[in-house]
Amino acid sequence: MLLRAIADLDPNQGLVSLEGRDRSTIPGPEWRRLVGYMPAEPGWWAETVGEHFGDWTAAAAVVTNLGLPEEAKSWPIARLSTGERLRLALVRALIMQPKVLLLDEPTAALDAASVAAVESLIAIRIRAGLAVLWVTHDADQAGRIARRRLVVEAGSVREEVGQWPATLP
Amino acid sequence: MASYIALSYWDLALASVLVLIDAVLSVLFGLQIHRSLLVAAIRMAVQLTVIGLVLTALFSLVSPLWTGLAVLAMILLAGQEVMQRQDRRLSGLWSFGLGTGCMMMSSVLVTAFALLTAIRPSPWYDPRYAIPLLGMILGNCMTGIALGLNTLTTSLMLRRASVEAQLMLGATRWDAAAPVTRDALRSALMPTINSMSATGLVSLPGMMTGQILSGVPPVEAVKYQILVMFLIAGGTGFGAVAAVLGGVYRLTDARHRLRLDRLGTAQAM
Repeated sequence: MLLRAIADLDPNQGLVSLEGRDRSTIPGPEWRRLVGYMPAEPGWWAETVGEHFGDWTAAAAVVTNLGLPEEAKSWPIARLSTGERLRLALVRALIMQPKVLLLDEPTAALDAASVAAVESLIAIRIRAGLAVLWVTHDADQAGRIARRRLVVEAGSVREEVGQWPATLP
Repeated sequence: MASYIALSYWDLALASVLVLIDAVLSVLFGLQIHRSLLVAAIRMAVQLTVIGLVLTALFSLVSPLWTGLAVLAMILLAGQEVMQRQDRRLSGLWSFGLGTGCMMMSSVLVTAFALLTAIRPSPWYDPRYAIPLLGMILGNCMTGIALGLNTLTTSLMLRRASVEAQLMLGATRWDAAAPVTRDALRSALMPTINSMSATGLVSLPGMMTGQILSGVPPVEAVKYQILVMFLIAGGTGFGAVAAVLGGVYRLTDARHRLRLDRLGTAQAM
């Protein structure tokens, strides 16, 4: 719900700004290109994978990084596994070149190798200047990737500070 | 009007025996529908008699005021019907207002177009032409708008994730809703297209057969029917486009968010 609110997909109150620009001064579509959001269950609107990407050649490089073949372009959406959907949705969000990326359990259905691939890909993007807000239930994963940890517990949010050096892979 | 054969009330009474036979069959087979069958038959007879009297009065008055009021009543009833046919209604005044407004706009526009160009009665609002013409256009427009809006709201609910996926990637509300909009418009226009292609082969349209029964040469009756079909297609098209786009407008907002909270709860059907 928090990520949907930040992406401005539901009516919400509060002040959200990006690089000093108040969100209300930026039109909705432009805001969502700056602040990408990948939900836990990404949606698809066409039949094959390729139709969801404006520029497949740009996508293909990232797709192969995440352990999927380039031929994935012609795969029908209906036959993708949950893990394939998550990885393809991540690529779809990344190639929009957002400044901020909101991720909701992006590795929930992935095997260990894919989890590592996703984590290292995001780490590279973070070093290149991307800000990421990553929701996870996996405390170890939070330990691996986070610079700041916000813990939502019993209806309140607290920040955990301490021994999480940004040991990015 | 030379070969027009007037019916006596005895003729009707004789034909009503057929309905009574239906009722007897219902009793014999234990269908439990004889009561509703008889009530429906009586309602039909009473309603049509009243309409006959109202039309007689309207036709003798030829008053723009009374014709206008009759037109308004027809449109409001059709708006009520569109609202009844929605699985999920828009909230607030939109549930009645959107369908009714679009039907009013398109059916009045198309009827006026026909009266001022093709048929040209004098005066142009002569209820003998205006009322039946509007009735036929309105009836079809109503079906189209009801189907279009219902398809729009149900597919937005079902395909919410796919519409929002496009919004998340920076699509505008119109782009994100385009696949659903297309489906809704297609289903709105499908009955009109089907009836145009089946007409004359499978069914003889009621207006045309009516004219033939009252002595109009078939070729002339056919010309009228073709005109009416074109008017229906135009009226349904305008009305459905306006209603579906209005629905998309209402179910999204200026921040390009999908606003399914503006739909009411599911109607018990």
